[in-house]
Amino acid sequence: MSHTVIFYIFSALSVLGAIMVVSSRNPVSSAVSLVLTLFSTAVLFVLLHAHFIAAIQILIYAGAIMVLFLFTVMFLNIRESEFRFDSMNIPKRTTFLLLFVAATGFLASKLFLSSPIRFPKLEDPGNFGTVADVGRSLFIDYLLAFELASVLVVVAMVGVLVIAKGRES
Amino acid sequence: MEITATHYVVLACVLFSIGVYGLITRKNILVVLMCLELMLNSCNLLFVAFSRLYESATGHVFVLMSVTVAAAEVAVGLAFVVSIYRQRESLDIDLLKLLRG
Repeated sequence: MSHTVIFYIFSALSVLGAIMVVSSRNPVSSAVSLVLTLFSTAVLFVLLHAHFIAAIQILIYAGAIMVLFLFTVMFLNIRESEFRFDSMNIPKRTTFLLLFVAATGFLASKLFLSSPIRFPKLEDPGNFGTVADVGRSLFIDYLLAFELASVLVVVAMVGVLVIAKGRES
Repeated sequence: MEITATHYVVLACVLFSIGVYGLITRKNILVVLMCLELMLNSCNLLFVAFSRLYESATGHVFVLMSVTVAAAEVAVGLAFVVSIYRQRESLDIDLLKLLRG
């Protein structure tokens, strides 16, 4: 039953982090809460036997992407007054909040009232989700997508340089 | 109580709607980008859960691709943030109405 306990602890932590991302005024604390969410999701990935994806999640998401966010916040050196007018007015915000709570609650109740989809027992638990397993799928079935992803990253890198440099004249 | 795939789907729904809520209501462009990351992350959770359900590594490959796209998107988005802040001295998303007819 440790699976159940770990699931509830870390799903609660990820939802808490997500709420703090949306509600905190300071972008730095939003970024730190996002790290909490991403880390808890990585733990849930481990529960789902996706060990390699969990490692990638922590390395790339919680490491690289969040460092990029924090670096930008530091680089911009935002004034304190920027944080004040940071959100919609309260009636509009409450309307959206109620709408989303209602939609999610409706969906969750529908899902839980229907018959639950149980996970099947893994045939080869030592192999599923390992680097070898994912790598075999990535480099045999999805080789073209992998190569195109590298093109995408190069294009993004050149684009970032062009955008961030600005016009010289 | 046994944890089923339904639990993961509901958790992903909750995380996604928190992300959409932040995307709509927040006005700081940095926080809007973070909410986008939140939504992408909840989709990754769904991919991994269904990958476990069907015992196939395809979902894991999809998550790898989505992480790559997210990294590229964040890099370009933050470059835009830097250049916008340089021009307007503000991160308010409502000031960006150049394309509004």
